[in-house]
Amino acid sequence: MKTTFRGLCTALGAVLVLAGAQAKADVLFWSTQAKPVEETQAMRSEVLKGFDGKVNYQANDPGPWLTRVQAEMKAGKGSIQVLGGLHGDFTSLSDGLMDLSKIDLGGVKVNPSFMKLGKLGSKEQKYIPWMQATYIMVANKKALPYLPTGADINALTYDQLIAWAKNLDEKTGSPKFGLPAGPKGLLHRFLQGYLYPSYTGSMVTKFRSPEAVTAWQKLKDLWKYTNPASTGYAFMQEPLLSGAVWVAFDHTARLADALNKRPNDFVAFPAPAGPAGRGFMPVIAGLAIPKTAPDKAAAEKLIKYMLQPSTQIATLRATSFFPVIDVNLPNDMPPSVKASGAAIAKMSGAKDALPALLPMGLGDLGGKFNQVYIDTFQRIILGGQPIKRVLDDEAGTLRALMKKADAPCWAPDAPSKGACPVN
Amino acid sequence: MPSRGLPYLLLLPATVFLAVFFLYPFTQIAWEAFSGPGGVTLSHFATMVNYWKFPAALENTLLLAVAVVPLQTAMALAMAVLVSKLEKGRDLILYIFTIPLGISDLAAGLIWFAIFQQTGFLNSALHALGVVHTPVIWLGYQSKWVIFLAVMLAEIWRATAIMLVIIVAGMGLIPKEYGEAAEVFGAGPWQRFRRVTLPLLRPSLQTALILRTILAFEVFAEVAALGGTNLPVLMGETFHWQFDLQDGHTAAAFAIVILAISIGFTLLYLRLLRVPKGAGI
Repeated sequence: MKTTFRGLCTALGAVLVLAGAQAKADVLFWSTQAKPVEETQAMRSEVLKGFDGKVNYQANDPGPWLTRVQAEMKAGKGSIQVLGGLHGDFTSLSDGLMDLSKIDLGGVKVNPSFMKLGKLGSKEQKYIPWMQATYIMVANKKALPYLPTGADINALTYDQLIAWAKNLDEKTGSPKFGLPAGPKGLLHRFLQGYLYPSYTGSMVTKFRSPEAVTAWQKLKDLWKYTNPASTGYAFMQEPLLSGAVWVAFDHTARLADALNKRPNDFVAFPAPAGPAGRGFMPVIAGLAIPKTAPDKAAAEKLIKYMLQPSTQIATLRATSFFPVIDVNLPNDMPPSVKASGAAIAKMSGAKDALPALLPMGLGDLGGKFNQVYIDTFQRIILGGQPIKRVLDDEAGTLRALMKKADAPCWAPDAPSKGACPVN
Repeated sequence: MPSRGLPYLLLLPATVFLAVFFLYPFTQIAWEAFSGPGGVTLSHFATMVNYWKFPAALENTLLLAVAVVPLQTAMALAMAVLVSKLEKGRDLILYIFTIPLGISDLAAGLIWFAIFQQTGFLNSALHALGVVHTPVIWLGYQSKWVIFLAVMLAEIWRATAIMLVIIVAGMGLIPKEYGEAAEVFGAGPWQRFRRVTLPLLRPSLQTALILRTILAFEVFAEVAALGGTNLPVLMGETFHWQFDLQDGHTAAAFAIVILAISIGFTLLYLRLLRVPKGAGI
């Protein structure tokens, strides 16, 4: 018994020593992304294998990830070389991150609006955009002849979308536009990241503004020509494939099935624009170097490697997150990747592109934040309650939430000191 | 010679079980519902009552119970009379009647969802009969009463058997002599049922009603499957606040409301259907 125990201790000690030694020799890539085992494995064996040097890729939940980063920053020294995380993961770390504005990226051109987000509201480049995912639109090709005259499917406005949905309803005999408004759908992201920014240029601050009233009025118009079964939809690929819906909005991952199963029947295209711009919600991940990184040259070299076209494509295969640079996708990509990749590039590269970020700093109040938008939708659109009254009422809930979370504004709302205000 | 303590000793496991799995969670929930950062508070109840869906959830839950339970009672009584009259195949019929009882409420909800959904059996049948040309959206947000009816159907289909089983057992306990005596004095079948069977059935009817009504207030999975968020009920909101909105306090407040209603109705049944001492069979 005793010997077994001693043996175990020795083995454990050896493992610890080995792990420590390895961490010292390798570039420690401390990330919140590619966390599922298969993705982590693919990052290690596929994405990072071409790097000149050894990388120790560690994927963690945001909580433990942040704890270690903060501990190293507090101690003034650490072993993490490169940080990988969503935009929201970096916001509280801004002061501890190195300025990367002079980093050599080997001539690749990173999407400028994402680069701007990478400054985290400061003058320094706090992180370099790494990869992205987002929500787009998909249409059955049968719907294309009903586009209103003069409308370019790659640069639609909300008015044109409404006209299109109206045409479809009137000329095919039933509403063919669909939204993921079911209990498991992501309608709240459409409201937060698409409708609100496009009309108000804001997600939170102008929640009850006159522009917001217009936005809801427009959504009411659109809803008239929306398949009412939308209140049961979760993944729009299903009604698209069944033919119940011809034009739909959803997350790329929730449309992929339609594009993969019948690539010749569907087209992917950017979300429409409103008076304030083409609001869209990119899920952006970035790469940063903490000021405590022991070997900054190696860290910069790794970031440069991660942004090269071949690495970006390997990352797409490993994680389903899209490149943030201009890159031609190879032909052997699944059809959904090709179609949605093109749509995302058009949307994020549009002149009027207005990225609206995922809510951040809300902690466990994220669900309640989403509920405000869903409740507003259910009351105004489904319940037919007066827009102004509902907005005033829900703005109270939203204000209380922001105060409780003490969450400062995020894009497209202007940075705030203290909790993001709801005017 | 059994000691005096034996009965208590034998009751101990059940008591411990109840204490651990009922009393302990119950006190925890109650504490969750009434505690805040500054001690005891009613603010979670205020949050709940001020939530715009609360009135609808309360109303739907009560309406469902009021609509479903009496129908189920009547049906269970009729089926029980039918079953107890049978000479042959009584057990077989009873088994068949109780099949839906073995199906989970979520599965029952899904079965009825498969019937009512846009691409479901009902639309296929109507289409085949030439009644409709395009699929009708039965469970849309505009037709709450259809969702309500569908939930009623699912509930009646699935849960009537629990009452049936209790009532059949109760009927088996009623001595035949009473009925025969009434018959001798010229009572017809309906009179015998009303004046003899029903009064003697009181204890089992009470149990069946209490059990069924409490379960009716906890209706959840069928509503979730058939109505999504279109037909809010108390139990659904409890789940939503606990898991989607991550607010255990308000969820606990909802749970306390359901508990209060259940206790209220149980007391009501106990009083209305009370069996006078010594009047049992």
